[in-house]
Amino acid sequence: MQLKSRHLLGIEELAPEEITLILDTAESFAEISQREIKKVPTLRGQTVINLFFEPSTRTRTSFELAEKRLSADSLNFSPGTSSVVKGETLLDTARNLEAMNPDFIVMRHAMPGAAHFLSRACKSSIINAGDGSHEHPTQALLDAYTIRQKKGRIGGLKIAIVGDILHSRVVRSNLFLWQRMGADVTVVGPSTLMPLGIERLGAKVSHRMDEAVEGADVIMMLRIQMERQGRGYFPSVREYFSLFGLTEQRVRRAQPDVIIMHPGPINRGVEISSRVADGPYSVILDQVTNGIAVRMAVLYLLAGGSPREAAA
Amino acid sequence: MSRLLLKGGRVVDPANAVDDVRDVAIETGPDDSGGSILKVERGIREERGDEVVSCDGMVVAPGFVDMHVHLREPGREDKETIETGGRAAAAGGFTSVACMPNTQPVNDDQSVTEFITAQARRSSPVRVYPIGAITKGLKGEELAEIGELVRLGCVAISDDGLPLVSPFVMRMALEYSKMFGIPVINHAQDPSLANGGVMNEGFYSTVLGLRGMSPAAEEVMVFRDILLAELTGGRLHVPHLSTARSLDLVRQARARGVRVTCEVTPHHFTLTEEAVCGYDTNTKMNPPLRSEQDRTAILAGLSDGTVDAVASDHAPHCQEEKDVEYDLAPFGVVGLETSVALGLDRLVRPGHLDLSRFVQLYSANPARILGLRAGTLSPGAPADLTVFSTSRETTVSPDGFHSRSRNTPFGGWKLKGAVMITVVGGKTVFSALGRD
Repeated sequence: MQLKSRHLLGIEELAPEEITLILDTAESFAEISQREIKKVPTLRGQTVINLFFEPSTRTRTSFELAEKRLSADSLNFSPGTSSVVKGETLLDTARNLEAMNPDFIVMRHAMPGAAHFLSRACKSSIINAGDGSHEHPTQALLDAYTIRQKKGRIGGLKIAIVGDILHSRVVRSNLFLWQRMGADVTVVGPSTLMPLGIERLGAKVSHRMDEAVEGADVIMMLRIQMERQGRGYFPSVREYFSLFGLTEQRVRRAQPDVIIMHPGPINRGVEISSRVADGPYSVILDQVTNGIAVRMAVLYLLAGGSPREAAA
Repeated sequence: MSRLLLKGGRVVDPANAVDDVRDVAIETGPDDSGGSILKVERGIREERGDEVVSCDGMVVAPGFVDMHVHLREPGREDKETIETGGRAAAAGGFTSVACMPNTQPVNDDQSVTEFITAQARRSSPVRVYPIGAITKGLKGEELAEIGELVRLGCVAISDDGLPLVSPFVMRMALEYSKMFGIPVINHAQDPSLANGGVMNEGFYSTVLGLRGMSPAAEEVMVFRDILLAELTGGRLHVPHLSTARSLDLVRQARARGVRVTCEVTPHHFTLTEEAVCGYDTNTKMNPPLRSEQDRTAILAGLSDGTVDAVASDHAPHCQEEKDVEYDLAPFGVVGLETSVALGLDRLVRPGHLDLSRFVQLYSANPARILGLRAGTLSPGAPADLTVFSTSRETTVSPDGFHSRSRNTPFGGWKLKGAVMITVVGGKTVFSALGRD
């Protein structure tokens, strides 16, 4: 089996079998990062451009490592050092990069739909590394990989995802994925940060943290962007933490083997207490580790690879 | 005197309660636009020298009026000019258009109004009626010299896409404009509630991660404007009304006797917010495409008479301005060359409207709202006519547009209905006859 599209623009376009294919393939790539020589020749001779219009440490580094471990030639391109500051449009930037014949463009952009726009203008495979509040598909895939690693499955699990639901691309990608895999999902956050119609993506909506984490198998906390405070969405970080912050008391309401996730970067004391973030249930750093294997699998499958030969 | 004789067409002229097969004799005037209607009768005898056009199987109607277009001249001639916009209007079946004042410079003083009318006389095949600014520089603060603008030919006032935020200024505009008998056209949208949105707020904005504009942003201002029109007795016209509740507000206000009229656009009665999926920037307009429920309500308002007029909100933009991220693209689509075919295909063909009501919406009503000598085939009226077919198919081909811009979401659509002939002042300014 292969992926239907040569782009990864979002989870919305993926079928459940494709998601499983990526996760299975990632399992065979995970082992490479444990080797002494962490490199396979799989993508030798292929070029990847990491086009990051928004600052990102985790995602960009993770992609870069995935590319290097597959022996691809990768280069990083960020707007601060490019002609974008001179007023070049995304279309012209894309056409210029395209003229250099890259095989992949991995793009992070502040505006929703930017990856779709790029995929219409380019022949290369486009990987969406986050487009505004829309999607962040490799994040959802590495989250799914981590859940499967710890729980053995995704279907039937009780998952609570907490925070700024309105502005989060991580939420959208994860909801698409969890809906396809049959999880029981509750989105939790202030009513001012809850987008319309979110229930239609297969989630229950809650504004009561204590109830929402009751019996949860997975709690995923989202970063609260400090700039939302003072814009009228909620009155203060203090009140936010008291209503929605993840404390040890709240963790105790969940299943005894609950896992705590966070896409990072975390705000200690804003959405999650340090004791929880560093505690035994936290898999936040496993998510980071798994990100590399998942991104290797995505690159490999988009290049037309088949799961059988992966990591050979 | 030479004559143009349109023979054998189905004449639909709601102003004279006519819907029957008739011939129309037109005086083709001594100058270009001076001709008038001579008579509308059965079996008019041909006279020597007559130009005779057979209209068998076609509908002959009073010339259509698009009361809301942007011609971009002066200032943005790269998007459109009065000439190219006028040609687009002619090809789209419109004999009169009213153009918004958001030019550069703004049409807020007599020199700009005079330029527009002079340029229209020089270069436009159709009649162009300027709409003046409500406030100086469209700043929403001080009233423009409205009396002067009206004296020089402005037929309404509007700050175009910029909502009049101050209720006091809106009240003054409604009071002051009463002296001149013109309507105040206010883009009803509370900027604080619209919150920088780029599409309708709802399930699709959630899925697409795009910032949504609540329908309430429109509705609160429609309601405010209605209350102020009621207070002042001024004439309010709501442009591009787009939500079910706005329509209810207008319906209720009119029942109370408030002087309020409204228009809807072809894109709002044809498309919904679902069209934004895929991020095509030609689906980005303001007000945004709304929900299916809103669209259905608009269809009901069109058929029950709550909606007075169809207007295109023709908003030409350059290709490179639209070829960007959705958030960065300007709002607006061109509409002059698709409006009539969309109306025939989406309103008449499914039976939402009969042809008489259709002609009211496209001709008689907008003419009445703006006080134009148009919208009727009475003898002596200016010879402005639109001849169209309800059976002939139009394939929307942006590359063939007369407009200088191509920003339409309807490229490639096949629509049942086509403009056949456009006559302005007795002069044929567009004809699709003999083309196949």
